[in-house]
Amino acid sequence: MKLTGAQALIKALEQESVEVVFGLPGGCILPAYDPLLESTIRHILVRHEQGAGHMAEGYAHVTGRPGVALVTSGPAATNLVTPLMDAYMDSIPMVAITGQVPTTAIGSDAFQECDTVGITRSATKHNELVMNGDDLPLAIRQAFHLASTGRPGPVLVDVPKDVLVAPMTWHWPTDDEVVASLPGYRPNTKGHARMIKAAAALILAAERPVLYVGGGVLKARAAEEVRQLAELTGIHVVTTLMARGAFPDDHPLALGMPGMHGNATAVTAMQRSDLLIALGARFDDRITGKVDSFAPEAKVIHVDIDPAEQGKVRRPDVPIVGDCKHVAGELVRIIGELLDGGAARADTSAWRSRVSGWREQFPLTYEPSEPGHALKPQFCLEKLRDAAPEGTILTSGVGQHQMWASQYWNFTEPYTWVNSGGLGTMGFSIPAAIGAKVGRPDRTVWAVDGDGCFQMTAQELVTASVERIPIKVALLNNSYLGMVRQWQEMFYDERYSEVYLSPDTPDYVRWAEAMGCVGIRVESPEEVEPAIEKANSINDRPVVVEFRVDSGEKVFPMVPAGQSNDALVLPPSQSDRKAALS
Amino acid sequence: MPTHHILSVLVQNRPGVLARVASLFARRGYNIYSLAVAPAEDEGRSRITIVVDVESAPLEQITKQLFKLVEVIKISELDPRRAVERELLLATVRADGTGRGQVVELATIFEAKILAVGVEALTVSLEGHPDKLDDFEELLQSYGIVELQRTGRVALPKLDRQARLRAVKGS
Ligand SMILES: Cc1ncc(C[n+]2csc(CCOP(=O)(O)OP(=O)(O)O)c2C)c(N)n1
Ligand SMILES: [Mg+2]
Repeated sequence: MKLTGAQALIKALEQESVEVVFGLPGGCILPAYDPLLESTIRHILVRHEQGAGHMAEGYAHVTGRPGVALVTSGPAATNLVTPLMDAYMDSIPMVAITGQVPTTAIGSDAFQECDTVGITRSATKHNELVMNGDDLPLAIRQAFHLASTGRPGPVLVDVPKDVLVAPMTWHWPTDDEVVASLPGYRPNTKGHARMIKAAAALILAAERPVLYVGGGVLKARAAEEVRQLAELTGIHVVTTLMARGAFPDDHPLALGMPGMHGNATAVTAMQRSDLLIALGARFDDRITGKVDSFAPEAKVIHVDIDPAEQGKVRRPDVPIVGDCKHVAGELVRIIGELLDGGAARADTSAWRSRVSGWREQFPLTYEPSEPGHALKPQFCLEKLRDAAPEGTILTSGVGQHQMWASQYWNFTEPYTWVNSGGLGTMGFSIPAAIGAKVGRPDRTVWAVDGDGCFQMTAQELVTASVERIPIKVALLNNSYLGMVRQWQEMFYDERYSEVYLSPDTPDYVRWAEAMGCVGIRVESPEEVEPAIEKANSINDRPVVVEFRVDSGEKVFPMVPAGQSNDALVLPPSQSDRKAALS
Repeated sequence: MPTHHILSVLVQNRPGVLARVASLFARRGYNIYSLAVAPAEDEGRSRITIVVDVESAPLEQITKQLFKLVEVIKISELDPRRAVERELLLATVRADGTGRGQVVELATIFEAKILAVGVEALTVSLEGHPDKLDDFEELLQSYGIVELQRTGRVALPKLDRQARLRAVKGS
C-alpha cells in the first residue's frame, strides 16, 4: 500500500490506539495535520507547546498509556524540552512527534531548523530522526514500545517535512520485528529468584522495617501487591511524592510522605529503620537528605526495573532488578509460605509502639488563622479535600502549595495524584490537569496551583474552555514565589530578594473570566466552603477559585537542603518535643 | 594517579550513536581519556573502545547508564592484564645535525617506521602497546616534537590459554 509519510504517521498513531494528541501545527509538521482531519484521533490545540507536553504527561499519569504531543520544528521543538525533561525525570511514558526541515535542508540553518535530536538527547529515553518514509511505522512502533516498557519515559520522533510529503510503502511491523530491531533493549522484568528469597529472609529478620514506596510502584501497577505485602508482614509504608496514592493514606500502616517536607513520623521511621525495602524508589536527595547520614542502621533491599538505580546513591544489601509488581507478588508468595511453614519472625512490637508514639506526638499541624487575618492555605486544602467527590484527581504546580497538597490530601487510590517531582516544573498543574481530565473524563480534576506557577501556563485555560475540558483550579495566591520566600526567610536572614509578586496584579478572577472560565475569589474562611461547593457543581467549563492566603505561611516539617534528616525542623508548636524523635 | 578502565562497547551502527555515548559521559560527569570507533565484525554493528579515568564504583554506574542507551548491545570491561591493547602514534620530530642519527637509532630500537624524511625533521610512526608509545614519545621529546597525533586505544580480550592452543592446533 502506498501512503504519504503524513498519512502513514497518522495511521501508525491509530494503530497504536492513540485516542488523543496534544499539539499545535506549523510549517514543517503541516503535512501531518491534513490527514488528521479524517482521523478518529482527537486533537487538542494547545496555546503553547509546553502545554502540549504537560498535557501528554497528565494523560499518561492517569491512564498509564503514553501521552502524545505533536508539534512543529524549531521553536516548537524547543518549547517541548521542559515537558520532555519532566517526563524523563518522573519516568512518564510519552511520545513526542516533531516536524523537521526537509532532509535536503538539514544542516543549512534553514528557517525553523534546530537540532531537535541533539537538543533532546539527554531529555529523552530515546529519540530518532526519520530520514526515510518507509521507516516511519517502525519508528513509531519503537517509540511506543520504548516509552511504555521497562522504565517508562519520553521518546521523540523527528520527521522532516519531505518525508511527510513523499510516498512510502506501508508496512506495520510485527511485535517480533520491533523486538529484533532493538537488539540492545531487553528490560528485565522478573526479579532474580535467589535475591527475592534473600529479601524475604531479611524482611522476616528485621525489627524495624519500613516499606519505602516510590513512583515505580505506580508505573508497575503494583499497588495491590504492595498492600498485600504490607498487610502480610505488618510493615509500615511511606509513599514518596511520586507515589502518593500507591498506598492508601487512611490505612493503619500508612505513614504518609517522607523527605524534605515529609511528616516527622515518616522521616524518622526511615532514619531509625534497620531495613528499608525500597520499591521503585530512587533515593532522591529530597528523600535522603545528606546521604552519609541517611538511615544509618538500615540494610537495604532495592527493587527497581532500572539496573542503574541499584547502588547509584546507596549500595543495597539485596539488589533486585525487576518489575515491582512481579517482585512484590513473589515476596508475598514466598513470605506467606515461610510463615505458613512456621518460620520465625523478629519481634517488631517495640518498633511499632515507637512509631505510634511519633504519630501521636507529631501530626501534621498548622496554626489556624486568627479571626480577621489571612486565610491559611492548609485550611483551604482541607476543605477542598473534604468536599472532593470520590475519585477526584489532584494535580499540582511546584512550590509550597504542592507540598501542602501532598501533605493534606488524603490519597486513597492510585493515579489520583499528578505532579512534577523530579524536575520540579512550575506551571505543570494546569496543562497536566487538562491531560488528566481528557484521560479520565469521568473524574473531577482539581489543579492546585500557586500564583507564580499560574502565571507560567495559565493560557492553557483557554484551551480547556474552548475544548470544553472542565477542570478546576484552586489557586493559592500568597502574592509570592512562596517556596523561595520561605528559603530566604529561613536561610538568608529574611533578606527577600525578587520573590514578591503581587496580590492583585493580575486580577486572577477577571483573567479567568477572560479565558472563558468561571472565576471566584475567596478572602475569608466563611467563603471557602461555598466557593468550593460552587466550583464542584460546575461541569460545563473550567473554574478558577482564587484563595487569597497568608503570604507568611511556611511548609513544615522541613529538612534543610543538604542536611541530615535528623536536622528536621518541626512546626513551631512541636519544636519543644524534638527529643521524642530519637 | 587516575585509574584507567577499558570499556569495549558493541553498538548498533546508526547515526548519532557516538554523539549519544559521548554526551552520556559528559552529562554524568565522566571523563573520556581516549576513544576509538569503527565497524565491528557483524554488519550493522560498531565497536567503541573507551578508556575512562574513574574509580571502580562510578565505573559500574557508567556502564549501567551506557547500557540503557537503546543502541548499546553489549559492554565488556577489559582487564588490561587480560586484554591486547594497541595504539598508533605519528610524530614529526626535529632531526638535524647530531640529533638526526639518534632519532633514527631510537626509531630502530622501537621498531618504528620512518614515513617521511625532511632536511630538518623526520615523521615516524609506531604501532604498539600504549605504554610502549608513552616511552617512545617521552624519548622523542628531548629532540623536539613538532607535531604529534595518537589514535584512541583499541582493545580486545586476550584469548584464554585453551582457546589459544585450540587456535594453534587449528581445531
Ligand atoms: C520553571 C521553574 N522556575 C523556577 C523554579 C524555582 N521555584 C521553585 S518553587 C518556586 C515558587 C513558586 O511560586 P508559586 O507558584 O507562587 O508557589 P508557592 O511556593 O508560592 O506556593 C520557584 C520560583 C521552578 N521550580 N521552576
Ligand atoms: Mg505563591
